[in-house]
Amino acid sequence: MENTVLKNNQTIPLASIPVLAYEDFLEQNTSLLADERYHCVSNYGVPQGGKVKLLCCIADDAEGNILVSSAEVGRNQTLPSFTAQRLAFHKFEREIHENFGIGYTDHPWLKPVRFPHDRATGQSTIANYPFFKIDSEELHEVGVGPIHAGIIEPGHFRFICNGEQILHLEIQLGYQHRGIEPLFLEKKKLLQRTTLAESIAGDTVAGHTTAFVNLWENLCGYQADEDLQFARTLALELERIAVHTGDLSAICTDIAYQLGSSVFGRLRTPVINFFQIWCGNRFAKSLIRAGKNHVPFNETLAPQLLKTLDAFEPEFDEMCEETFTLPSVLARFEKTGVVTHEQASSIGTVGMVARMCGISRDVRATHPHDFYAGMNHRPIVKHHGDIYSRAQIRKEEIRQSIDYIRRLLEQIPPENKARKTLGQPVANAFSISMTEGWRGEICHCAITDERGELAHYKIKDPSFHNWLALALAVRNNEISDFPASNKSFDLSYCGHDL
Amino acid sequence: MIDNLRILLHQGKQYIPDVATAEVPGIFRGRPVIHPGGTVDEMALVELCPTGAISANPLRIDLGKCTFCGECAFACPGKISFTTDHKIATNERERLVIAEGDDATIELNPDLIREEISSYFSGSLKLRQVSAGGDNSCEWELNACGNVNFDMGRFGIEFVASPRHADGIVITGPITGNMAEPLQICYDAVPDPKIIILAGTDAISGGIFEGSPALDRSFLGKNQVDLYVPGNPVHPLTFINGVLDLIRKRK
Repeated sequence: MENTVLKNNQTIPLASIPVLAYEDFLEQNTSLLADERYHCVSNYGVPQGGKVKLLCCIADDAEGNILVSSAEVGRNQTLPSFTAQRLAFHKFEREIHENFGIGYTDHPWLKPVRFPHDRATGQSTIANYPFFKIDSEELHEVGVGPIHAGIIEPGHFRFICNGEQILHLEIQLGYQHRGIEPLFLEKKKLLQRTTLAESIAGDTVAGHTTAFVNLWENLCGYQADEDLQFARTLALELERIAVHTGDLSAICTDIAYQLGSSVFGRLRTPVINFFQIWCGNRFAKSLIRAGKNHVPFNETLAPQLLKTLDAFEPEFDEMCEETFTLPSVLARFEKTGVVTHEQASSIGTVGMVARMCGISRDVRATHPHDFYAGMNHRPIVKHHGDIYSRAQIRKEEIRQSIDYIRRLLEQIPPENKARKTLGQPVANAFSISMTEGWRGEICHCAITDERGELAHYKIKDPSFHNWLALALAVRNNEISDFPASNKSFDLSYCGHDL
Repeated sequence: MIDNLRILLHQGKQYIPDVATAEVPGIFRGRPVIHPGGTVDEMALVELCPTGAISANPLRIDLGKCTFCGECAFACPGKISFTTDHKIATNERERLVIAEGDDATIELNPDLIREEISSYFSGSLKLRQVSAGGDNSCEWELNACGNVNFDMGRFGIEFVASPRHADGIVITGPITGNMAEPLQICYDAVPDPKIIILAGTDAISGGIFEGSPALDRSFLGKNQVDLYVPGNPVHPLTFINGVLDLIRKRK
């Protein structure tokens, strides 16, 4: 094996990453994925003059390592694909194709990923994209979006149906593309970059901002104080409770279960209001900062949070008890929107979309950061891969997060009043940071140049892996079950489109 | 049945009785105040702000650009403070600029409210939401406007599924190039008279994304905006009160 072995939140000299011949690069990384303990964390291209440096980061979940290797290829070169060996690479190679024009001889489907304004591929636009078609007099197509009926982000869903039954769903994203990765380089102030990190996905502020600040501090050789790590861990778990509760409400809405929709929806309110009490923002924006914390979590906040959780828990349990035993709910949840273990494993899903069908993939357990190392996290794993499994994971993860928060609150680290100041990033370095957001594995990677300036920034939201799972899940379902299936995945549009 | 009644009993009344006087908990950052006097390095504040919302000489904060991160208030607590006043929506873009010493509540300019808005929409307003690069925080908050706590539906204000059923659109996000055409198509499908509401800092100015070549904000140059609702994201109370002021204000 020719690769560099890193831990989560580790910075290494860029030159220490081995540059392999493309054939060896392909062979090494695709053969690793034969074992489910390995999965692709990120695989992307970095422009280097007329060439492109391909970087592949594979996580070894058994050892808690990240294996990084690279290869240099020419722009517009045509190569054999990783995807032909391992489907988990399909989206990454589509992105490389779209960004750099690199072709693949045996990639099954080089569908555009997000139609960036500076794409290297052809004249196709998001408006004239040719969707997959089947000629038949009995089938019909249903197009939904990009603007949806509810208040959600834009994306286009194209169904091919036989009566009410979905035969095929093709998902087209890219409408949310804001060009966020290049902005990380153009905006030079740290506060601007932190604000960008908070805006990658506004429903995952704690997740993405923690990934960013951990990475930035690491690049600067800065060891975050315990109180900073504490606040980040607490924010991640609170965010998980808030969004999971909101999602249970939304899933109930989509099966027309009004009581569950109202009660779960209102139970979310005190949790996000606690974020506001703590930091002034219901979505935890402005809470997490590299090398500092303007709103330290102190002894007066702890009883308020405990009171919030004490009030939340019995009402949440009561509502769950009713929801998860109601035949009309179970009839919609069970065996609907199924993804099999084999499918999830082959397409390389992460987070809840892995854990719902027997794949125990959770950064908190395998690549722990902040306070997770001492928490001995046990991922909640289900096996049926249906809406029921995804709802159950949410229910149990909420209870688990409440338990974690109670444990965290037993020992609140005091604010370090004599904090070290944050320095500058080291030069010619590569750094990687992963966090387990409520959706799953978030990964940020950065490269610095010879002056220690940010030269490249790469973001991966868990949704990047998981959107294909939704398309597979709804096959042979009734189209009327699609909203509930979709909401039970609750994937990010803006996190994907960047 | 008994179980359902028990849950309802335990939930009790959750709605906010009066949205106009409701107060937000904790250290909410609403309308800022720049206190007169004292010496402060204005250029340092300009340099500090991530989105160029602060300008110097005289010192001003533009709520259409502000992300409400509070960094300026943390840096100069005696000079700048954020009040918990959440009523910061207005129909006049310039009114979002807070000058030194300005501590007046932000209100709508009645002269700018078109006659048909008051006459058609005061009792019922149906809105179509278009997320055009929104990061899903404003979208969650607009959803929250209709939940059992904020209950915007009691005022006859609702989000609807089709532009054909709508009286106007609510835009979130900095308006991406890939959403520019769908946004225009959606707006064109709304019958006249119709209104445009910009919700959130990203929509009003582009926010942290200002200047990104992936955006296309030409829609705003072609159409009149009827209400600006600042926030990152907008607070449901800011949105509801802003819309109520827009449709109920009489000349």
